[in-house]
Amino acid sequence: MMEFRSSLGRVRGLGNSKEGGIGHWWAERLAAVALVPLTLWFVYSAVLMTGADAAQFKAWVGAYGNPVLLILFTIAVYHHGQMALTVIIEDYVHHEAANLIALVLVKLGAFFCATYTIFCIVRLTFGG
Amino acid sequence: MAPGNRPLSPHLQVYRPQITSLLSILHRITGVALVGGALIFTYWISSATYGPEVFAQAQSILGSWFGRLVLLGMTFALYYHLANGIRHMAWDVGWGYEMPKLRLTGWLVVLFSGGMTVLTFAAAYVVAGAK
Repeated sequence: MMEFRSSLGRVRGLGNSKEGGIGHWWAERLAAVALVPLTLWFVYSAVLMTGADAAQFKAWVGAYGNPVLLILFTIAVYHHGQMALTVIIEDYVHHEAANLIALVLVKLGAFFCATYTIFCIVRLTFGG
Repeated sequence: MAPGNRPLSPHLQVYRPQITSLLSILHRITGVALVGGALIFTYWISSATYGPEVFAQAQSILGSWFGRLVLLGMTFALYYHLANGIRHMAWDVGWGYEMPKLRLTGWLVVLFSGGMTVLTFAAAYVVAGAK
């Protein structure tokens, strides 16, 4: 039988990640690069918040520059984590329905947690 | 062979564990653990929006012996994943694949994460003691 599709066209989309493996790989590392300085800053800050009361905590969250760094940290953490869990699910969860449900839960869960955390950071910054 | 019935590799049980493979799976394990760390972070931040009492409760839970144990694990996981992540980035640009370099960078990552975990916890105890 004649085959009109190219070799690349026949294998495209057959990998574990279906489409977009390279884009996923790159985005996960881009978030990782951002997380190197953000994480070191966060650990330093969290140590300073050991035993802090609510007033001291609010003052730290709202201090100059901190809300932006906290929001960037939140986005990078959940973005990177969600992409990494996606790869792990693709590797280990072979049952088709379980795979789909796990992927949807991870992606929507990360989206919810990140949005909620950012909302809390904004609220602590502007009072209320 | 039927698509759902193909052999899967690697067959982990036939390999002797070694520094390269152990550190590789530890990267995944710490990564998954750190998702729990992210949820703790969200819990910590959000608790402050429910008032001083709720935040004080969160602080005392995180400061309890169990909370400290979890945070100790999270601190190690974080430093390990950070340092080994940088090792991954070096591989991504093509550096460090030779066995001597793999072993050296592997042990450096372990030493760094262990040392920084101890330093970080010591710093937290100093901060807590000063309050």
